[in-house]
Amino acid sequence: MKIAGFLLMLAGWGIVVTAVVLLRTSVPKTLFVLAGMAIEAWGFVLAARAHLPRGGSRNA
Amino acid sequence: MPEQQAFFTFFCTLLVPFAAAGISLLNAGLSRSRSAAHSMLTSLVVFAIAMLAYALCGFLVARSSGSVLLLQLFSVGIAAMIPLAAGAERWRIAAASVSTAIFAGWTYPLFAHLAWNGGWLARQGFVEAGGSSCIHGVGGLTALAIAWILGPRRGRFTPDGVPTAMPGHNAVIVLFGCMLALTGWIGLNTATAILLANANPNDAVSIAVNTALGAAAGAIAALAVTRLRFGKPDASLTANGWVSGLVAGSAGCAVVKPAEAVLIGLVAGALVIFGIELLELRMKVDDPAGAISVHAVGGIWGVLAAGIFLGSAGQFVTQLVGVATLIGLVLPMSYGLNWVLDRVLRQRVAAEGERQGMDLFELGAGAYPDFVTRPDDVFRR
Repeated sequence: MKIAGFLLMLAGWGIVVTAVVLLRTSVPKTLFVLAGMAIEAWGFVLAARAHLPRGGSRNA
Repeated sequence: MPEQQAFFTFFCTLLVPFAAAGISLLNAGLSRSRSAAHSMLTSLVVFAIAMLAYALCGFLVARSSGSVLLLQLFSVGIAAMIPLAAGAERWRIAAASVSTAIFAGWTYPLFAHLAWNGGWLARQGFVEAGGSSCIHGVGGLTALAIAWILGPRRGRFTPDGVPTAMPGHNAVIVLFGCMLALTGWIGLNTATAILLANANPNDAVSIAVNTALGAAAGAIAALAVTRLRFGKPDASLTANGWVSGLVAGSAGCAVVKPAEAVLIGLVAGALVIFGIELLELRMKVDDPAGAISVHAVGGIWGVLAAGIFLGSAGQFVTQLVGVATLIGLVLPMSYGLNWVLDRVLRQRVAAEGERQGMDLFELGAGAYPDFVTRPDDVFRR
């Protein structure tokens, strides 16, 4: 889940970069940028959940 | 560059180490007394390594001109000290040093190139005058990666996941660090805006005014929120609000009006409280000095706020692209590099080191040898 989260963040950024490079009109560009950020947010949530400590602190 | 302008920006650049001094005092004061000397020494070491790594390698990655080298050396030093705060009391000095070399030689200069030195974001019209994203966003997200990799301090969360209080040991140096940071930030924002973001040198006074007002508003907002929520103002959270106001105000310091700088600071000061609670209570991230919330959340808010107050939808989308680059590129890259480093060189101190405190375990002597400030500061076998 951790790796999937970080890959999703990268994928979301890829969508944002692609939108900025390929799209000129503002509405589709904005929508694709927001979609890319939503995917980044999804990846962030997955990564955050994968880092929740199991059974308290490490070394506790 | 005219001679007077060159001298003025050089003078502003010379103020920047005060920001580093302020951050190091904040980091030390917000950690427990048994790790205070370790915190200050690591700050100094990290600042030194960051400057060397940037001069040797990062300078080439960032592709900045030689005239801004001194400013960039200080800026990368400040950015490198941010992850230290999140890894306080459990990050080995050797691992922190190697991690800093990677950060200053690659991660920071890559984003600085994108946003400042004619890179991809700069060509899109990305507004970043003082370093909300380049310094604080990059440093804050690296701090999150470090906190994730290191895990929480021993005993920070109960087995049920309930956080336990581990307050800092010296509110006085924390608050003094805030005052010191303001001086450095005024120099940092002014020099960066003029040298890296092509701000008009005649706007230097308004840049300084915006910086100071942002800090003031951030501190008052944090003070008010803690007073309303907890019944009493909280010194450490108010200090975090002050720094968060400085961080958030940096991106737009050369383009916003003073009233807008106050608004940015007010939101930043309130956001930092909720950010710290979200990280601690929901994400179970142990960030002793609140660096992730102050620098990453505050920095991202500052970037977005600059877009909001510039008033054009296209500009706001460009600012969003900058934030997306921070979260989608910098965070995974920083995490990946530090994860690999952790496999080669263990980043977290041994359990015995946490029990003794970092001062005794790594340095062999405490910061306050003549005083016993807390019973748990004394190492007993």
